[in-house]
Amino acid sequence: MDDGSRIPASLRGLFPFLIALPVLALLEWLSGDAPFATYLFSIVGVNVILAVSLNIVNGMTGQFSIGHAGFMAVGAYVAGVTSLALKEQALSFLPVAASDQVFFVVALLVGGIAAALCGFLVGLPSLRLRGDYLAIVTLGFGEIIRVIVQNTEAFGRALGLSGIPQSSSVFMVGFWVFLVVLVARRIAGSSHGRSLWAIREDEVAAEAMGVNTTAYKVRAFVISSFFAGVAGGLFAHFVPIINPGSFTFVKSMEIVVMIVAGGLGSTTGAIVAAVFLTLLPEALRSGFTMMGAEGSLAQKVDQIRMPIYGLLLVVLMLVRPQGLFGTREIWDVLPRWLPRRRGAKGVPQ
Amino acid sequence: MSQLLQHLINGLAAGTIYALVALGYTMVYGVLKLINFAHGDVMMVGVYFGYSTAFMLGRAARQSLWGVALVFLAAMVGCALLGFLIERFAYRPLREKPRLTALITAIGISFTLSYGFQLDLGPLPGASPRAFPQIIKPNEWFIIGDRDVVIWNWQVLSLAIAVGLMLLLQFLVFRTRFGRAMRAVSFDHRTAALMGIPTDRIIALTFMLSSALAAGAGLLYAIKDTSVSPLMGLYVGLKAFVAAVIGGIGNVPGAVVGALLLGLVEEFVVGYAASTWRDAVAFGFLILVLLVKPGGLFGRVAAEKV
Repeated sequence: MDDGSRIPASLRGLFPFLIALPVLALLEWLSGDAPFATYLFSIVGVNVILAVSLNIVNGMTGQFSIGHAGFMAVGAYVAGVTSLALKEQALSFLPVAASDQVFFVVALLVGGIAAALCGFLVGLPSLRLRGDYLAIVTLGFGEIIRVIVQNTEAFGRALGLSGIPQSSSVFMVGFWVFLVVLVARRIAGSSHGRSLWAIREDEVAAEAMGVNTTAYKVRAFVISSFFAGVAGGLFAHFVPIINPGSFTFVKSMEIVVMIVAGGLGSTTGAIVAAVFLTLLPEALRSGFTMMGAEGSLAQKVDQIRMPIYGLLLVVLMLVRPQGLFGTREIWDVLPRWLPRRRGAKGVPQ
Repeated sequence: MSQLLQHLINGLAAGTIYALVALGYTMVYGVLKLINFAHGDVMMVGVYFGYSTAFMLGRAARQSLWGVALVFLAAMVGCALLGFLIERFAYRPLREKPRLTALITAIGISFTLSYGFQLDLGPLPGASPRAFPQIIKPNEWFIIGDRDVVIWNWQVLSLAIAVGLMLLLQFLVFRTRFGRAMRAVSFDHRTAALMGIPTDRIIALTFMLSSALAAGAGLLYAIKDTSVSPLMGLYVGLKAFVAAVIGGIGNVPGAVVGALLLGLVEEFVVGYAASTWRDAVAFGFLILVLLVKPGGLFGRVAAEKV
């Protein structure tokens, strides 16, 4: 543990916050009057949260889950409904803006907890199912969620939910991105994480070595789905309308593409791939628009995106199955003077 | 009572089509231990092959037996070739890699096909659904009472084709040299190779066979639905896969039973509850079956070695 840094142990846990919070505040201030930049940052942030959280289940634990959009949907709808219910309320001892933010956090947490409960439910079958079977059950779960949402009056059926207060901000999205990355990093370095890696490498052997595989798998599902729910909640608070069409199998696959491209098990890879794959279509679209080809090519970007994702998966598996980063992390190569855990990794490629 | 009978008939008719697609999943899984996620999309491509053949043949071929046979043949041969290409260039290089890589590749191919066919480029059909030509004129065959129970001719035809193909498959797998080689590869492909079985060729043939079956099933589905669209493969394929898993994937009779069960369950949900819940009930049924029997109804759970 002791890596010779001079930061007192009691402060070490706070250290990331001390750096992150001012940076986020600065970002918020910079993007204050640039709605498009705010939107881009939000959508990238939501995708990063989704990718990093899915990576905890798929990458670290090796349980291939392909229904992540279902958890996102739970979070988005529950948080949205909570916000709608709290819309007219205000905490009298706080200014209105601050009170709104408090309610926003409450809505996000409620959405996250609802998704975590669902994650618990989905994690339970993983006691008995593994591999392909588990994958298909998670897929089925995602689809069931979508159908339930589509048939529930309170969730606006197929039309979706509108009128959710647009209280999301760069700071809030950034804060949750920071939190999920921190949690993923802490898990990877902890004894919990080692158990997860062990399950990923060989479940039977891990069980034989005394790892309570079911408990760890369910925990991984709960943590992962909590953050997916929060991501959904954030999403619900900056788009004008949420409808079941945003949370299909296709969305789940987008997230899978991100973590596979980044490298299953690498948080850095998940972040880089999520940022890149989210920004690329936007960049192409504005590029085509600037070249004066609006209407035709700019519209085609969204069409072309999905086949390209498919080809990308195939080519990646043939050429570089471990993804961009494998299981390595950026902080494994950071300069020595930065506080970090040594030997947190040590998982074979 | 007659309503129940009608639902039974419709459910069985839907189930036979699922069964044909599910057989493809089960065969490939049996031989390669690979969930061929792209199977439904191969089916979709097959329907487009049939669609363009029907158009090329024009009016002369429609509603004549030869025309219908030609449409089916073109779709099945085209799909067999597609299946061969996919196996050769996407799955074969990954055969010694972890199974997850092959699953991800299959998902990738599925996306490339289904969304690639949505593009509006040159020969590709574009996103909107097209009407499938009526190569078989719909006709009520069998009526009990005053139109209480109706069987359409395409229902009888699809049942006949499906049962025929299933019997053929059963014969092929259990009575021919190719089938014996297939079962050997499925049991242990390294040992099979040592015993002189050309495993690569057997696997490629299995793929072609399952793709051809998918094309046949897809055409039956398109005739029933009277439309064809690039995304039809995603959901039909998913349902058929669910059927195969319910029956115990890798088990030929299991796939048929699972598909018929799924067809009946879905039909009863649509008939007695609401059609919007159909997909949820199908997946709920799957999860329920898997929780009780993790290997499916007819499947066995293999013991794992450390």
